[in-house]
Amino acid sequence: MRKGPVMILLPCPWCGPREATEFAHVGEVSTRPDPGSATPAQWRGYLYLRANPCGWTTENWYHRMGCRRFITVQRHTETNEVRQARASQAPVPAGEPAP
Amino acid sequence: MHMSTNGHRQSPGRSAYPARYSAAALFRRGLANEPWPPAWQQQPMKGSYDVVIVGGGVHGLAAAYYLAANHGITDVAVLEKGYLGSGGSGRNTAILRSNYLTPEGVRFYDRSVKLYQRLATDLDYNVMFSQRGHLTLAHSDASLRTMRWRAEVNKVEGVDSEVIGPAEVKRLAPFLDVSPAARYPILGALWHPPGGIIRHDAVVWGYARGASAYGVHIHQNTAVTGIDVAGGRVRGVTTSNGDIATPVVLNATAGWSTLISDMAGIAMPVMTSPLQAAVTEPVKPFLSTVIVSGTLHVYISQTDRGELVFGASVDPFTSYSMRGSLEFIEGLAGHVLELMPALTKVRLLRQWAGLCDMTPDFSPIMGPTPVEGFFVDVGWGTYGFKAGPVSGEAMAQCIASGETPGIIAAFGLDRFGEGALVGEKGAAAVGH
Repeated sequence: MRKGPVMILLPCPWCGPREATEFAHVGEVSTRPDPGSATPAQWRGYLYLRANPCGWTTENWYHRMGCRRFITVQRHTETNEVRQARASQAPVPAGEPAP
Repeated sequence: MHMSTNGHRQSPGRSAYPARYSAAALFRRGLANEPWPPAWQQQPMKGSYDVVIVGGGVHGLAAAYYLAANHGITDVAVLEKGYLGSGGSGRNTAILRSNYLTPEGVRFYDRSVKLYQRLATDLDYNVMFSQRGHLTLAHSDASLRTMRWRAEVNKVEGVDSEVIGPAEVKRLAPFLDVSPAARYPILGALWHPPGGIIRHDAVVWGYARGASAYGVHIHQNTAVTGIDVAGGRVRGVTTSNGDIATPVVLNATAGWSTLISDMAGIAMPVMTSPLQAAVTEPVKPFLSTVIVSGTLHVYISQTDRGELVFGASVDPFTSYSMRGSLEFIEGLAGHVLELMPALTKVRLLRQWAGLCDMTPDFSPIMGPTPVEGFFVDVGWGTYGFKAGPVSGEAMAQCIASGETPGIIAAFGLDRFGEGALVGEKGAAAVGH
């Protein structure tokens, strides 16, 4: 049996701990290259390549059934343990969050 | 592209299986009360191999088998960190089909179905392939349109698929609620007679036995901890049981493909998410086809033992956790009852999860990489098991000849840098 909670609770800074089903997973926090100067290879790397770690990752979630704000979360991808959640400071990554 | 037939029967170098399975052998051993020898041999690990395959699932073992059977390359080691078939190969819902949307996808999966059709004979192993037909339900005009598109692409590629109406759906699967008053009414379906189910463990064991008979080494409980790359090419691997020198490494893992590719310094366009499945208590046979609903994110089949096997789409976030969740079971039960209200009293026995390596275009990543000697057969999302034989055959050809076979040319890692994505919307993870 693996360790860690069965239900994922995300501590939303505005709404308090809420079930992950209220949120949409946006994905890994990454830095968008400057569209004006990025090469096609750099741009496609930003679009498609992911670190996809088995361990702690920093990612964005969107509280679609709550405050409808973006939060940045540190989560362990093997145990789904959540260490920290804060308001997203960086601009929201490109692409609409999943409905 | 014309594929040569698998050279198994023509191959002159084939060694005898430890014990050929036949009715006569069963009778003889029954009379003599003789034990059956192990299906595959356990050898000590050597210090070097011509080819090292990471991952002892259907893909890795099939690649090893076809390297030996079709190309005479037998100095091969298959490294598995757990037991054979402990990953995606033993966690899928064992559905086979080739009714995809893109011509590349249809050709590829059709080759796999054809290999599966004669796998029991080729491997001398009963894989219990039951071609009972596969129904993909359409609940909206939009999905009916996609079904028509898929049916036409399938027909052009010579694959048996057609769109049928609700009356015909009811005839094939009488327990389905086809009334127009349903929450998601069934407007029609894509009927794919060659689709069906198979015993997935037997496929893994059959390939392991076949590969072992050719002298391939299978090392279970052997985790790869590093890949030695120098001067842009592979030199060897480090494992939990010692180092191996090798010029060729094939990453045939699912779920951990990013981690293995990272060891060789290859970045991957992969996101790993769990996919959950569940099985009910056995009931009398009543469902002779495979039922899929993309809208309701559920697929249903009944095993030979009478259990109903349910699968879903991937969980809506990335994770390497293989624990089930209550949300999944609640949603699944609701969706199944939406389709078959008569199942309301059936109890679930268990649920489980497997890891799916999702790619941006719902297509695999196969072939060589910028590191010489490092090959990948990854990104298998929700469609890996059904592609096992053709992937093994194609990767074996790729490794043996050094050239990418035409049947997997569209699936190269370089397509992401070039922006030539495949866009396979016929995959199970895609809601219609």
